[in-house]
Amino acid sequence: MVNIKNLHKKFGALKVLDGLELEIENKGIIAVLGPNGSGKTTLIKSILGMVVPDKGEVLVMKENIRKGWNYRKEIDYLPQIANFPGNLRVTELISMIKDLRNKPARDKELIAFFNLEPFLNKKLNKLSGGTRQKVNLVLCFMFDSPIVILDEPTSGLDPVSLLHLRDLLQQEKEKGKTIIITSHIMSFVEEISDRILFLLEGRIYFDGTVADLKSSTGKSSFDHAIAHLISPENA
Amino acid sequence: MLKILKYSFFDLTRSSWSYVYFLFYLLLGFVLLFLNNDLSNAVITLMNVIIMLVPLIGTIFGVMYYYNSREFTDLLLAQPVKRSSIFLGQYFGVALSLSLSLILGLGIPFAAYGLFKSAVIWDFSMLLVIGIFLTLIFSALAFNIAISTENKIKGFGYAILLWLFLAVIYDGLFLLSLIYFQEYPLDKFSLIASMFNPIDLSRILILLKLDISALLGYTGAVFKDFFGTSKGLIASLMVLLLWVIIPILNIARVIRKKDF
Amino acid sequence: MGRLFFLLFTFLIFSLQASEIKVCKNCEISSIQQAVDLAKDGDVIRIKSGTYYENEITVIDKSLHIIGENEPVIDAQFNGNAFSIRAENFTVEGLKIINIGTSHTSDFAAILVSRSKNFEIKNNRLDNIFFGILLERSSNGKITGNEITGDARDQANSGNGIHLWNSENILVHNNSIIGVRDGIYLEFTSGSRLTQNFCKNNLRYGLHFMFSNNNDYLDNTFENNGAGVAVMYSKFIKMHRNIFRKNWGSASYGLLLKDIDDSELKNNYFHDNTIAISADNTNRILYEANEFADNGYAVRIRGACYKNVFIDNNFLHNSFDVAYTGRINENEFTGNYWSEYTGYDLDKDGIGDVPYRPVKLFSYLVNRTPEAIILLRSTFIHLMDFSEKVSPIFTPAELVDDKPQMRKIVW
Repeated sequence: MVNIKNLHKKFGALKVLDGLELEIENKGIIAVLGPNGSGKTTLIKSILGMVVPDKGEVLVMKENIRKGWNYRKEIDYLPQIANFPGNLRVTELISMIKDLRNKPARDKELIAFFNLEPFLNKKLNKLSGGTRQKVNLVLCFMFDSPIVILDEPTSGLDPVSLLHLRDLLQQEKEKGKTIIITSHIMSFVEEISDRILFLLEGRIYFDGTVADLKSSTGKSSFDHAIAHLISPENA
Repeated sequence: MLKILKYSFFDLTRSSWSYVYFLFYLLLGFVLLFLNNDLSNAVITLMNVIIMLVPLIGTIFGVMYYYNSREFTDLLLAQPVKRSSIFLGQYFGVALSLSLSLILGLGIPFAAYGLFKSAVIWDFSMLLVIGIFLTLIFSALAFNIAISTENKIKGFGYAILLWLFLAVIYDGLFLLSLIYFQEYPLDKFSLIASMFNPIDLSRILILLKLDISALLGYTGAVFKDFFGTSKGLIASLMVLLLWVIIPILNIARVIRKKDF
Repeated sequence: MGRLFFLLFTFLIFSLQASEIKVCKNCEISSIQQAVDLAKDGDVIRIKSGTYYENEITVIDKSLHIIGENEPVIDAQFNGNAFSIRAENFTVEGLKIINIGTSHTSDFAAILVSRSKNFEIKNNRLDNIFFGILLERSSNGKITGNEITGDARDQANSGNGIHLWNSENILVHNNSIIGVRDGIYLEFTSGSRLTQNFCKNNLRYGLHFMFSNNNDYLDNTFENNGAGVAVMYSKFIKMHRNIFRKNWGSASYGLLLKDIDDSELKNNYFHDNTIAISADNTNRILYEANEFADNGYAVRIRGACYKNVFIDNNFLHNSFDVAYTGRINENEFTGNYWSEYTGYDLDKDGIGDVPYRPVKLFSYLVNRTPEAIILLRSTFIHLMDFSEKVSPIFTPAELVDDKPQMRKIVW
């Protein structure tokens, strides 16, 4: 689905991706973890074509993404900060994205799922952060694309919504989608992930299941295993 | 691109700033016409306003809209939409809504005053055409600045500086160089120097209508040829068009390489 | 006896009474010169329509009334004058005179009048001429309703429409003069009135005075001439209710005043001229109730102008209202309306409370560096002019209109 070869990216003097190699062929939920500044968001944005790499190539569905923008039809993306044009109403935003993608969408179902009906006619700048994140989730999941990329999907969500999100992710996974996710909530990651990618200094430092991670670090808890990866003597 | 344009435009038509801008022109038009009672005076004042304010508002609005819609842009970038369509769509959305505010804001009072029966209509239409050109040019320049400046404060600073430079400082330097080199034939130089500033260019287009008698007082053959025939009008409009096209192409060029 | 007396009486009457001579192609008399030669004092020569190829038709000391019917054409075939007249009490009327040839040595005219008195030249059409109507040492004449057209291309090879030299008491009324060198030219001519004439597209001046005192020109229109009117080396000229329009070009004026004293300009309209009035060495001129609209310069005053007064004029949307080169020398501006005036009138007496300074710094700059005209109406120039207005350094501080009107003056 996604193949990344020798990906390099510098922002000024700062080397963010340094020869990153990645292959994602399998379905399921893949968590991308790593300390701040390890290149998680840059990696995601490289796949989406929002960041132009200095070197290396990204293939989505075997197609080099430099050639075009049409491949993004296969990707649903949830950005980290859900900040939309404030003058639009929720329904207008949803219909606008539907209009742009020109694809059948299951927005009604998702609106019901996240209990967003009361907010549909509100302007986006009047919404709370959590509600906005729900709108963000609706926008992301309504198209049923085979690849889903979620950048910090949990931010701003209350515990109930968090549960909802987890259920939703399970459903999507069962549909056979490839879901790439970044999150800071380790319990959430541990619970849902089929595969963990740990980024450090612009490369993939660890690639495996949660069980692999625990065994390779010799820690029984997921949090500690991650902390062990980041700790200086290890790095 | 048209879809993005449509949404940007509708987004802007709801923004209170568009209404402020529109109401400002409406008020200006009515005040000029009904307090002054003299169409020619109104057109001259309007020219000063258009030459100063349209670039300023175009620049500020352009920069502001770009920064304000950063997240929206991020959202769009992840959609299957061509990059240049996103930015050009937003740009035209801004330029269109500003132009519309200008046309309606000034057009309504002038129409109410019975402009269409008056001979001033040509001067007035010229003013509007120039206002639209300046809007297109300065919002494009603003987009250029905003795209290459991540820092909002800096971006606003550069935008204001650009406006100040083209609206005032440029002419000061221009005048100084004319005085300094006055022993040399300067008519070609001064025509070319005007081409490099869209505000000067617009001003000249208006001069061709309002002050042709004074312009013809100058003896130089180049001036005479330029102002005395339709050459001046055509050349100025062409260069103004270039001033629109080049910044737009530059937007398309820069965003192709840009990271978000 | 009675019978004889009666015969004598009728004979006397007959001989005193003017007779009429007809000229036409098939008439007994088919040439105008022939008719002139046959005619006696007071006779009418009636020329029927047709084309007469004649030149140097000479009238000497005969009071004739030469009248064309249905516009007979006299074609001089580019050879000398058409008419050459030296007489009193004569009339030339209703003719069409064409094809007067140019010459470097003689001023050939359609109608040459010399040393004549009490004459009238009216309703003639003069086409393709060198000089039109040329008067020398003549007086008490009327030139009315003539239409004169030429196609002057350069000044050296063209003449004037109506040319008055060393004449007096001439009325020039309701003529239209298009496309010659000077529409109307006066030299050493006095006591004449020029009214309701129309001068357009003339190469040099619509109307030109040289050394001609005590003349009036009223209600004329001057349009798109090299310069509208040039008044030079003359005194006591009255210029009222004339219209000066569209005199465009680098050396073009609505009205050029040079070495003029004691004259007055009232109720004239100056529209769309490059320079409406250029005044050079003029003294004691009264400019009253004129309208200057949409000119490049309304008034450009060059050196040595003393005691000129500008009162009750409207200055509307000129690129420059007043430009000065030199000192202001007791010239006075008062009670004019300036469309650019931005002052206020708190006591509501219709007079602005802040004096107006009609001279801009920019006009000085343009005078020194003509190319700077391209910066006209630029914001930088506005700022510069504004600061100069607040504290004058380069422009004469005493040149102000201390009673600027708040509203356009209606006379």
